[in-house]
Amino acid sequence: MAAEYGRKWDRCLADTAVKTVTGIGVGIVFSVLFFKRRTWPVSFGSGLGLGMGYSNCQHDFRSPYLIHGGMVKVSTTWKTCNFF
Amino acid sequence: MLRVCLRGVKASARKDCGRLRVIHLQQSRGYASGGSSSGASRVVFTGLLTVSGGIGGTVLYANWDPKFRAAVEKNVPYSDWLLGLALGPAPRDSGLPVRKRMESIQPPSMMEKQKKTSKVKSGKETAEPPAPESSQAAPSPSMQGKMMESIQPPSMMEKQKKTSKVKSGKETAEPPAPESSQAAPSPSMQEASAEATQIISAISEVQSVPAPCDSQAKGYHDVSFCPAAVSASLEDSLASTAQATLQAIGAQEAALQAITLHTDKLKEAMEAEAPSEEKSTQWKDLEAALADRTTSMSDAKAALLKANEALDALKGVIDSSKGLKVPAARPLVLAAEENLHRMMVDLDKVVSKVQSAESEAKIVAQYSELVREAKQQFQREVSSLTPEIQANWKGLAGKLSTDDLNALIAHAHRRIDQLNRELAEQRVREKVHIQAALEQQKLEDQRSLENAVSSALQHVKEEARLEQERKLAELREVIEAEMRTQLRRQAAAHTDHVRDVLKVQEQELRAEAEQVLSSKMLEQETRYRQLSQEQLDNFTLDMNAAYARLKGVEEAIDSHVEAEAAARKAHQLWLSVEALNYALKTAGAESPSMPLEDAAEAVRASCTDNDFASALASALPEESLKRGVYSEASLRARFNALRSLARRVALIDESHNTLYQYFLSYLQAALLFEKQQEAPPTQLRSEDLDPFKLLSYASYCLEHGDLELAAKLVNQLRGEARRVVEDWLTEARLTLETRQAASLLAAYANAAGLGSTQVP
Repeated sequence: MAAEYGRKWDRCLADTAVKTVTGIGVGIVFSVLFFKRRTWPVSFGSGLGLGMGYSNCQHDFRSPYLIHGGMVKVSTTWKTCNFF
Repeated sequence: MLRVCLRGVKASARKDCGRLRVIHLQQSRGYASGGSSSGASRVVFTGLLTVSGGIGGTVLYANWDPKFRAAVEKNVPYSDWLLGLALGPAPRDSGLPVRKRMESIQPPSMMEKQKKTSKVKSGKETAEPPAPESSQAAPSPSMQGKMMESIQPPSMMEKQKKTSKVKSGKETAEPPAPESSQAAPSPSMQEASAEATQIISAISEVQSVPAPCDSQAKGYHDVSFCPAAVSASLEDSLASTAQATLQAIGAQEAALQAITLHTDKLKEAMEAEAPSEEKSTQWKDLEAALADRTTSMSDAKAALLKANEALDALKGVIDSSKGLKVPAARPLVLAAEENLHRMMVDLDKVVSKVQSAESEAKIVAQYSELVREAKQQFQREVSSLTPEIQANWKGLAGKLSTDDLNALIAHAHRRIDQLNRELAEQRVREKVHIQAALEQQKLEDQRSLENAVSSALQHVKEEARLEQERKLAELREVIEAEMRTQLRRQAAAHTDHVRDVLKVQEQELRAEAEQVLSSKMLEQETRYRQLSQEQLDNFTLDMNAAYARLKGVEEAIDSHVEAEAAARKAHQLWLSVEALNYALKTAGAESPSMPLEDAAEAVRASCTDNDFASALASALPEESLKRGVYSEASLRARFNALRSLARRVALIDESHNTLYQYFLSYLQAALLFEKQQEAPPTQLRSEDLDPFKLLSYASYCLEHGDLELAAKLVNQLRGEARRVVEDWLTEARLTLETRQAASLLAAYANAAGLGSTQVP
C-alpha cells in the first residue's frame, strides 16, 4: 500500500507536470497564435494544466473512497403486498 | 552162572559175616567176661578172613575171566582201581588172549567146536591107519565138507585148527591116491602158466578193489570194522596162497616132467637095443632121471604142503572176512573164494596128474622091472649057455657061431616051450588071475573113482557154491538196483506228491497269510487313520490355538502398527508441521517465505485421515500457500515505514480526501510528535483510536512481538491510513492466520505424538 501511495504521488506529479507543461505549451501556442504573444494564455494554460493535474491527482487519491451507485426504483404497492 | 554163584556166595558170606559179627558182638556183649575179648577177636579175625578171602577170590577170578572182571568193575565202584592195582590194566586184543577171549565169549560155541574138533580128531585118528582107505576117504571129504560148511563162525583159532586138520587130511589123502590111479602124462607148463596167470589176474582183481581205511591194525576188532583191512588181508593171503600154489604147481609140474622123463627114459632103456656104452649112459641117465624124479617129487610134496597151508590160511581169512558181514567186502570175498577154489582145483588137477603120472611110472617101472628081470634071466640063461657072449644079444647076430646059434635056438625053443607051458598055465589060471586082477583093479578103480568122485564132487560143490554165491551176489545187486529204482520212483512220486501238497499248502497259507495281511493292513489303516485324524484334530486344535494366538498377536501387532502408524503419522504431521514452521521461518527480511504449498501439501498428506488436522491444513489461507507469508520481522520493519506514511495521511478519510487535506495531514504529521512506542491499554477508549496513538501502540506491540495486538490496533485505523496499511494488515492477518494454523497443527501433532506413545 505504501508503494501504491508513492506511485500515486509519482503519477500525480508527473501528470500535473505534464499537464502544466502542456497547458503552457498550448498557452504559448495560443498566445502566439491567437493572442498575440500575450502571457495570459500561457498562464491560462499552465493553470489549466495545473488544475487538471491537481484534479487528477486528487481524484486518484480519492478513488478508493468513491462510491458508484445507481438509482433503483422501488414501488410502494409491492411493499403493501408484503405486509399481508 | 559162576558169577551169580560167586556173588551169591559173597553176599551170603557178607550177610553171614554181618550176622555172625552181630551175633558175636551180641554174644560178646552178653558174655562180658574174659572169653568176650577172645571171642570178639575171633569174630573179628574170622570176619576179616572171610572178607579178604572174598576179595582175593574175586581178584583171582577176575584175573582169569575178563568178563567177570568187567562186570565187577561196572557194578562195584572203585573195584576197577583195586583190580587195576592187583592185576594190572584190563587185557586188550592180542593173538593168544584173543583166542582165550573168543573162547570165553562164546563158551557154548566153543564147546561145540571142541566137540567137533574132538570128533574130527577121533575121526582123523581112526582114518589114520591106511587099511580102511575108503572110510578114510569118506570122512576126509566129509570132514572137508564139514569144514567148508563150518566156515561161517569166525575164529582165528578155528582157522588154525582147521589148518592142522586139512593139512593132515591132505596128507592122508595123498598117499593112497597115487597107488590106484592110472598114469596120465599130460601136463604142460603152458597150462600151469595159464593157471598161474588166472590166479595172478584174480589176485590183481582182488587187489584192484581199493577201499580207503585208516587203521592198519590186524586185530579182530579193527578188521571187523574196515572193509579195506578185510580186502587187504584177503589180498595178502591170496597173494601168498597164489605164490605157494604156483610154486606147488610148478613143483608138481616139474615132478610130473621128471616122472615122465624118467618113465620115457625107462621105456627107452627097456626097448632100445643100443650098444653097451649107450646103454650104460642110458642107465646112468635113467638113474639121474630117477634121482631127479625123487627130488622133484619131494620138492613137489613140500610145495604142495606149503600150498595147502596157504590155501587153508586163505580159507580161514575168507571165513573170517565172511563172518564179519561187511557188505562192501562181499564181492572181494567172493572173488577170493573163487580164486581159492580155482587154485585148489588146479592144485588138485596137477596133483592128480602127478599121481597118474606116478602110477604110470610105477607101472612102467614094474614093467621095466619085469622086463629087466626077464632080460636078466634070459641074460643069465644065455650067459649060462654061452658065457662068453655079451649081454646085449640083439646086436650080436653076426658074431655068434653056429653052435652058439644052435644053443641059442635050442635055448630059445626051450624057452618057448617053457613059455608055452606058462602060457597054457596062465590061460588056465587066467580067469582066476584076471578075476583077482579085476578085483584089484576094481578096488583100485573104486578107490580112484571115489577119490576122483569125491574130489570132483568137492569141486563141483565148491563151484556150485561159488556159482550160487555169485548168482546171489548178482541177484543181490540186481535186486538192489531194482530196489533203488523203485525207491527212486517212490522218491520221485513222493517228491511229486510232496510238491503238490506243498503247492496246495502254499496256496492255503498264502490265502491265509493274505487274509491276515489284509486284516492287519485294515487294522493298521484304521489305526493310522485314527492316528492321523487325532493328529489332524490335535493339529487343528493347535492350529486354532495358534491361529487365535496369532490373531491376538496380529491384533496386538496391528494395534501396535496402528499405534505406530498413528505415531508415525503424528510424527509425520509433526515433521510436516515443523517443516511448515521452518517454511514459515524461511521468510527473509523483505521477502516472504517460500510458498507454503508444499509444506501445506505435506501437512495435508500427513493428516489425510484426521479431519481436524486436515481442516486446519485446509484453513491455511491461499495467499500463504501460493506466495508465502512475511515474517514478523519484515512486517515490523515495514510497519515502521508504514507508520510514517500512515501518520502523513492520518487526516484523510472518505470525506476528507482533497489534496489540501493531504497537505494538512502532512503538516500535522510534521508537527505532531507522539511516543514512538506506547503500551496499549487493556481496554481501548475512544481517544485511543487516534491514529497516532494506535500506531504507537501497534509499534510497541510489534516491538514486543505481539503481532496480533498490533494488527488489531492497526485494524482500528480509518480512512486513508487504513488504506495505506491495508496491505500490511492483510499480510499481518495472513501471517497471523498461518501462524495460528501452524501452531494449532503443531499443538495437535504434539498432542497426537504424545498420545501415540505407548504405555510401557
